[in-house]
Amino acid sequence: MLMLNDLSVTYQNKVAVQGVSLALAKGQIGCLLGPSGCGKTSVLRAIAGFEQAAAGSIFLRDHKVADENINLSTTERKVAVVFQDYALFPHFTVAQNIAFGLHQSSKAQQHRRVSELLELVGLPGLQNAYPHGLSGGQQQRIALARAIASKPDLLLLDEPFSSLDRELREELAKELRVILKHENTTALMVTHDQHEAFAMADVIGVMQHGQLLQWATAYTLYHQPAARFVADFIGDGVFMAATVNEDGLLASQLGTFAMDKGHQFAPDQPLTFLVRPDDIVHDDDSHTRAQVIDWAFRGSHILYDLMLQNAQQDRVLCLALSHHHHQVGELIGIRLDLQHLIVFAAD
Amino acid sequence: MKTNSWFSQRLGQSPDGKASRWLSPWFIGIALCCLLLAAPVILVFASLVLPQTAIWQHLYDTVLSDYIFNSLALAFGVGLCVILIGTPLAWCMARYEFVGRKPLQVLILLPMAMPAYIIAYTYTGLLDFAGPIQSFLRQQFAWQYQDYYFPGIRSLPGAILMLSLVLYPYVYMLARTAFSEMPSSLEEVSKSLGASSQRFLFKVVLPLARPAILMGTALAMMEAFADYGTVQYFGISTFTTGIFRTWFGLGNGIAAAQLAAMLTSFVVLLLFLEHFSRRKVRYYFQGQKSAPMTRVKLTGWQAWSMASLCFLPVLLGFIIPALQLVSWAVDSFHRQFNGAFFTLIWNSFALAAVASISAVTLALLFSYAKRLNQFKMIHGLVNMVSLGYAIPGTVVAIGALITLSWLDFRVNEFTEYWFASSVGLIFSGTLFALILVYCTRFLAVALHNIDTGMARIKPSMDEAALSLGHSPMSILKNVHIPLLKTSVLSALLLVFVDVLKELPATLVLRPFNFNTLAVRTFELASDERLIDAALPALAIVLVGIIPVILLTKMTESKPVELAKMEK
Repeated sequence: MLMLNDLSVTYQNKVAVQGVSLALAKGQIGCLLGPSGCGKTSVLRAIAGFEQAAAGSIFLRDHKVADENINLSTTERKVAVVFQDYALFPHFTVAQNIAFGLHQSSKAQQHRRVSELLELVGLPGLQNAYPHGLSGGQQQRIALARAIASKPDLLLLDEPFSSLDRELREELAKELRVILKHENTTALMVTHDQHEAFAMADVIGVMQHGQLLQWATAYTLYHQPAARFVADFIGDGVFMAATVNEDGLLASQLGTFAMDKGHQFAPDQPLTFLVRPDDIVHDDDSHTRAQVIDWAFRGSHILYDLMLQNAQQDRVLCLALSHHHHQVGELIGIRLDLQHLIVFAAD
Repeated sequence: MKTNSWFSQRLGQSPDGKASRWLSPWFIGIALCCLLLAAPVILVFASLVLPQTAIWQHLYDTVLSDYIFNSLALAFGVGLCVILIGTPLAWCMARYEFVGRKPLQVLILLPMAMPAYIIAYTYTGLLDFAGPIQSFLRQQFAWQYQDYYFPGIRSLPGAILMLSLVLYPYVYMLARTAFSEMPSSLEEVSKSLGASSQRFLFKVVLPLARPAILMGTALAMMEAFADYGTVQYFGISTFTTGIFRTWFGLGNGIAAAQLAAMLTSFVVLLLFLEHFSRRKVRYYFQGQKSAPMTRVKLTGWQAWSMASLCFLPVLLGFIIPALQLVSWAVDSFHRQFNGAFFTLIWNSFALAAVASISAVTLALLFSYAKRLNQFKMIHGLVNMVSLGYAIPGTVVAIGALITLSWLDFRVNEFTEYWFASSVGLIFSGTLFALILVYCTRFLAVALHNIDTGMARIKPSMDEAALSLGHSPMSILKNVHIPLLKTSVLSALLLVFVDVLKELPATLVLRPFNFNTLAVRTFELASDERLIDAALPALAIVLVGIIPVILLTKMTESKPVELAKMEK
């Protein structure tokens, strides 16, 4: 449905996107995740045809729509876009807004489709309201309804929830997923909020400095990050120092671990490995003790910031059930339960 | 606006007391000021209760239909022309990037510095039978009188053209703001929904800009209704010339006031249009956060033809008439540049200075009254008197003259009874009358500027300063005055220039032997001494350029907020 091959975008000699490749199958929902300025919105704008590709190519429905030479206009590409500020036409009613892209259909068809869509986004009967009278969440849904009105097979969403309250975001993201799956629409969303991405997407790409670091499912991104930045950006966790010993095992303050056979690390090369808060289990019987430095109540769990009792005074995070409540300064027993060993060279 | 409770408390007001609000010094003071300012207009409408049957029968039989037809044709003709000039111009400037766009941004507004009556004189001189254009054509083709057709500039279409050439900036400014504030996402979303550029232009851009365009058109049409200098010079019978003729020719003040009331009714309709549009503009453009549309870069012949096209209104509306004025002024310099000219300058500047200080003082008072009082009546009164900008100068002048002569009459009766001497026409025969009329007309300009400045001083700033231990006087000195300074200065300047350009009210109300630049220009031109009229006219135009430059400075520093246009 959508395929990017080595796409690059530049603005006045400044590289915004560099060599991004990804593919979305029909009906799949993708998401580009990254901090602001990482180039994720530029990728989206290049797909929509608002920016020219400096290198690489974009394929839509197996047709090339853009490379260094070709640049099909937005109108010809037939992709729907939902903007960060919704871009609703303030002088049109909700119904007129939704029907704006349906100008080739008859009035009766338009009417039917508008009611159907308002039903779908959960705002029936709002046809004659004007955008300025709607709440942010309602405007967002109308913008979505307008975008999918003509049943586009590709929908692009640029930070669609960023102007909404935090509580509303995840709820709407899930709703949006249901709607898109219902319409079997392929979608690519851009966001800086990983929870939105987790709630929405089948496949997520993490971007930094214009490059796509990893294109994978949420589970893989969390447990098998391909780059240090991905590991840092997604979820909590700490990196612990380690080296490969003579036996080919990873040796660290928390013990030794078996490595993949194919690893490329030299013996004695300084390495780090990722320890997620759920990799550290609080166990009162354990002989390994750590001092509580800080804790944050998370409802069912407490996130402890712990200091190991070693010379380096290494810090780890531990997610414990909230029944186990310890005060700052206390020594508590911990045990390492590492499911995935993620090792990077130390910088 | 939120009341500063600490300030009200200091002034001994209880913010919630119902009865005391009507007796508060603020309310009484504001009410008296408003009554004084509004009295001329109220009186004009009050005149309707004294039917002048004989004279109306005469007017009806002779000129009334002319007045109505010409005034309406002038206003609607100007309205149509300013839309046709201003809107495409605004679209080109907002939408395209081309050679010379930056300087054009300033130049395009210059015709605002040119009063309509002055541009009318210069084009008359240029296009009349003896003027350079016709002489050139006759010489070139060996034509004689009546050999050829040449459109007469002294006609209704001529007047429409003259007024449109100097009034199009109203539409241009508002439309350009609307176009350039339009978020780029609207265009992108239209494209992604498969809309062609035409569909985008006609379904989205123009409907969205329509309120702004109509608002500018309404303002231009108000000016057209109010125009006296041009139509008088071209010999077109409109309401404004009719009011003069009825008063000074037929000697019937009441009938003149009744004509004025009729004219004002037309203007009031425009006021509704303007206010309705203003409301729409405000909600169309609220909460748009995305970046404005980027300008399309033109190159080569496209850029040059776009630049020349955009230059045309400036050329016709400012550069040609200004050059003509300069050339005449050079010719007549030795005759006109003398002691009398300096008296003229002194009179005009002193009058404009006193008037602008009075108007700005009133505006400060009104603005503070609004800020410190939640009482709706005060806001209502202030909003009402600030509608004075819409009332034609002729109307306000007639109203003021009748009101003040009545007052003078009573005062003289009183002094003669008790002191056996009369004090003369202390109100209607002095500059007081002129200052009053200027305040009524131009209060809105001053108030708009002061209100904008006042809005910058958030009530929380007062509270913050107070919590840091400053006294109210110290807050006034250290917070309010520095923040209001620029607003006050620009208000002073704008009113100053407006007063300098004002013609009809000055003509009616000036004391004997008191001449201003505008009046002198008018008198000389009426005597067909166009060349001699050039020097005072040029002085008015030159001073008029200052606020235009100020305006472009303001628009450059911030992309014109529409809020700024709120009077």
